[in-house]
Amino acid sequence: MNIVIIVLQLILVPLVSPLFIGLIKKVKALLQNRQGSSLIQPYLDLWKLFHKDEIISKDASVIFRIAPYIVFSVTIVVGASIPLFASFIKNGLTGDMLMVVYTLAIGTFFLSLAGFDIGGAFGGFGSSREMTVSALAEGGLIFSFITVALINHSSNLFTIAASNPFTHSHYFLSLTLALGGFFIVLLAETARYPFDNPATHLELTMIHEAMILEYSGKRLALMEWAAANKLLIFCALLGNLFFPFGLAANTSITSLIIGIISFMVKGGIVCVVIALIESSIAKSRFFRLPDLLMVSFILNVIAIGLIF
Amino acid sequence: MLSLFLKILKTPKNIVRIDSAELDKLQVPELGKKVHEAIKKKFRGSLAIREVDAGSDNSCEQELVALSNSTYDVERFGIHFVASPRHADMLLVTGPVTRNMVEPLKRAYEATPAPKIVVAVGDDAIDGGIFKGSYATVDGVSSVIPVDYCIPGNPPSPKEILYHLLKILETTKA
Amino acid sequence: MIVLISLFIIGSFGSLMLQNNDEYSNAWTTFFAIAGSLWGLIFSGLTIISGSGSAFVAKSSSLPFLSFSVSIDYLSAFFIFTCSLITLFSSLYGWGYVKHYYKKYNIGVLGFFYHLFIAGMFLVIMATNSIFFIIVWEIMSIASYFLVVYDHNDEENVKAGFLYLIMTHIGTAFIISAFLLMYSYTGSFDFAAIKSGAGAIPLVAKNLIFLFAFIGFGTKAGLIPFHIWLPAAHPAAPSHVSSILSSVMIKTGIYMFIRIFLDMIQPAPLWWGLFILVMGSISSVLGVLFALTEHDIKKLLAYHSIENIGIILLGLGSALTFTSLNLPIFAVIGLTASLFHTLNHATFKSLLFLSAGSVINATHTRNMEEYGGLMKHMPYTAFFFLIGSMAISALPPFNGFFSEWLTFQALFNGIQLMGFYPKWIFIFSTGSLAFTGGLALACFVKAFGATFLARPRSSHAEHAKESSASLLIGMGGLALVPLLIGIFSGNVVYLLENVSKSLAVFKQTSKMSFLTTPLGLSVNSGFASVSDPAFILFLLITVCMVVVISRYLINRSQKETVARTWDCGTDLTPRMEITATGFARSIVMIFKGILKPSIQRDISYHDSESRYLPIGKTITLKTHDMHHTHFYQPLYDIMTALAYKIKKIQSGNTNAYILYIFIALIIALFFIL
Repeated sequence: MNIVIIVLQLILVPLVSPLFIGLIKKVKALLQNRQGSSLIQPYLDLWKLFHKDEIISKDASVIFRIAPYIVFSVTIVVGASIPLFASFIKNGLTGDMLMVVYTLAIGTFFLSLAGFDIGGAFGGFGSSREMTVSALAEGGLIFSFITVALINHSSNLFTIAASNPFTHSHYFLSLTLALGGFFIVLLAETARYPFDNPATHLELTMIHEAMILEYSGKRLALMEWAAANKLLIFCALLGNLFFPFGLAANTSITSLIIGIISFMVKGGIVCVVIALIESSIAKSRFFRLPDLLMVSFILNVIAIGLIF
Repeated sequence: MLSLFLKILKTPKNIVRIDSAELDKLQVPELGKKVHEAIKKKFRGSLAIREVDAGSDNSCEQELVALSNSTYDVERFGIHFVASPRHADMLLVTGPVTRNMVEPLKRAYEATPAPKIVVAVGDDAIDGGIFKGSYATVDGVSSVIPVDYCIPGNPPSPKEILYHLLKILETTKA
Repeated sequence: MIVLISLFIIGSFGSLMLQNNDEYSNAWTTFFAIAGSLWGLIFSGLTIISGSGSAFVAKSSSLPFLSFSVSIDYLSAFFIFTCSLITLFSSLYGWGYVKHYYKKYNIGVLGFFYHLFIAGMFLVIMATNSIFFIIVWEIMSIASYFLVVYDHNDEENVKAGFLYLIMTHIGTAFIISAFLLMYSYTGSFDFAAIKSGAGAIPLVAKNLIFLFAFIGFGTKAGLIPFHIWLPAAHPAAPSHVSSILSSVMIKTGIYMFIRIFLDMIQPAPLWWGLFILVMGSISSVLGVLFALTEHDIKKLLAYHSIENIGIILLGLGSALTFTSLNLPIFAVIGLTASLFHTLNHATFKSLLFLSAGSVINATHTRNMEEYGGLMKHMPYTAFFFLIGSMAISALPPFNGFFSEWLTFQALFNGIQLMGFYPKWIFIFSTGSLAFTGGLALACFVKAFGATFLARPRSSHAEHAKESSASLLIGMGGLALVPLLIGIFSGNVVYLLENVSKSLAVFKQTSKMSFLTTPLGLSVNSGFASVSDPAFILFLLITVCMVVVISRYLINRSQKETVARTWDCGTDLTPRMEITATGFARSIVMIFKGILKPSIQRDISYHDSESRYLPIGKTITLKTHDMHHTHFYQPLYDIMTALAYKIKKIQSGNTNAYILYIFIALIIALFFIL
């Protein structure tokens, strides 16, 4: 059964992730009084990119060519190693929280190297900014995981997700603070406002986009898709670690269906919140971002301090 | 902030409706060989546009910017603007192509992965327009890179551009 | 054991004898170094697995107190294993690397000191008598000094060597004081006797011994703030030597930390462990921050050694804290983490130094701003450097991840179990470890990217050639080690746990701290578990699936063309690429409170009067190690001022000198009576 669930997650992550991107875009469009593109637009974009030719820079090395495959695979592996809709399986092999953090870091590492590799004026700056943000976000990310791990006495994400949310009522304050810290990290890691503008056309303000400026065709599709997967992973982590409701606790078909539905609802709510935030605030100046990430870190430190 | 959101959502949409009869009548001037039907079909749901300003007087840009606003909302047809020609399916070229922009325009064309469509927007881009014959320009995009379609007008209105784009892709839904 | 040392002794004198012929002398050095390290590997590996130590005591010395007593227990066997492993590959690498010193320098002398240095290191790890220890410690230090200044035509190297010599002797002074203090209370220079008499040492003296040993061995280990010699000396030595210096020699400090604090002068008060945790945190964060500011590739790696020593100390500090609170099960986790990271850091740091050496060999510069695009010219070296970078940034599936993971677990235990104040120290340490991981990743993106990717930024880099076979074999062999240790992390941790448990303080703990299976390892009865083989398998299957599906199933007719880089239609020049300094700039600016960067802008104009048309702009971004300006410089000033004051008593007047003698005599008489 474990294998079936993991294979199901393996397929589910890339299958659903573009929908979440579409949802954010749709909500943002509605808040701009536009009709906006349809929810399935990201799927169409990916499909089209898979059918286009590719142009590769003559300055690029092997790293540039293999990076999309690695970046995409890493998000798939992480997506299958975290609880999405079922909490009863015991993944003691890759489901550790630090494993997840550092596996995601492999993706960041290769993405930044690929940005560096083309030797353009923008790619390198994108990598530099990305590494700055992700280096500072790592503290907050690990610490918010530690908070939930210490409360649940396990650093295995499945075990955390399987816990009963109502037994921790006296950790309410800790969990709330850790949630705040995690949400800031989520915005940073998925390149959202106020860290990055996912729709920017101005190279000088880009972070994530600047690194993939040079990609085209299939490799671009993989990169975009990987970014969508990452968003889904963070939404799932937020939903399942802090609000562990509705996850399938046994193998019955009904509980699995409820699990999938509640996963989609939780992910959808997170996406709507992201869209609301993106519509209401402006992108921060780059050197203001460390302050925000430090806030995330300190929130989590306080959260840990409150656990006794 | 919430009240602002509510107000936005309550505001009636003043979006431009597509009149299909008008669209059917429209003729898009084609230059060079016709773009293959299969390619156009591929772009029907998702078209990424890179706008190239080849020495334009910015009037066309004004109109192109208007495409993304809530009145014309080009995104509802799956058409969006991108930041790099590597990501693009269509090059929208404006301006009569000044001599300084000849080389960058060529490079932008080379940087766009096939299959691609090149559209000259505005009279200047089509044949030089009011700058025709000037020593500073090369009279139109087609003298530098192969152009597939033209959108005439000086400048064309956003609605005209929108209709032409839809006609090129033959999209009438939404 | 005797074979081991004699192989190196033969190696050293043999190469000195053959110094007239570069080729022979180099071959002789390499052969004996490889034979010696292979012997060491087998010998120590057998000791660890079989669990039988051996001792060798020669009391033939006519001098009092001194005995050439050496013994090998689990702990020394582990360090000998690490040392031999690195020496093996470095020597193999050195064979080809030394070739570019032919005719310029004396190869025989290099071989002599190389062997003397390694033999000294082995003896330091084996020695069990304080005086004998000090002697071999000095042999190791002096031999390494000569290796640092080997390339003596460069003024910088000689300066660096001098700084190293001074710092290492300040350290030795503290070490001697620590041993003398131990002697004064236990009456013996023998380690075993000190250990059995440690109960007699009063707490104040114990704390003093701790501080002296901490400063003395901390200087060797390159701990902040005693680190200033390290980033200067390690880059100066030939690359295969810097690899040994940076990955093994500084670990002798760690070895003595474990030996003294956890073995010899137990039981330890609580504050030792916490103090080590704080110092470890400071070293790790500052080490990586200073590394980020560097654009000399070997200096960058040297600063990363400081960072990793900090991480090792985090494990050690938590072990010490748990020991003093009598929680040996958790202490074993901390100690195992620090031993594991010692081994891992040795492997990937030496790999990085060797591949950096190849790059320097090909480009004749250590400045990263003059590299770029080397991936195309030196694909193998680049690949090895990539493995090293991934391992040091703690990315799975390589070994660095597993030891950092273990260190994290040790610190989590602290957060869960400690009272209020110690808990906050553990939280602080965990935070610094988390940030260190992130910053190290950024630093290695910079190091790898600026060196191997994009376009060449100088003509040196354009004409770089892949290094010769001996260099590649040395690096390639070493590149396998991080992956293998990662895959077999379960087994390695099992062996290291035995090593930790061999210490007397942990003898009674029969309960296992880890659950190790061939698949992976888990700690704290399932608090956390990881598995490398499963991860690798999972990742490999996914990558294959992604490649097959995207390349061969969806749209097979896709074409790939190679064209110029898109850069908005301009002509790209190498100057438009991001530089190493530019890459690190944003992080430097964020931490400007610590790094104190100085920016200098020089603009030259066509017309100096109106200043409208600039010709060029130069921006110099510099950072200074704040310990130079805020710690060592004031210390130096005070010392000089004091020296001037004391100089006044030297009046040159004979009568005055006779008066001094007279006063000294009276004081001496008072003491005797």
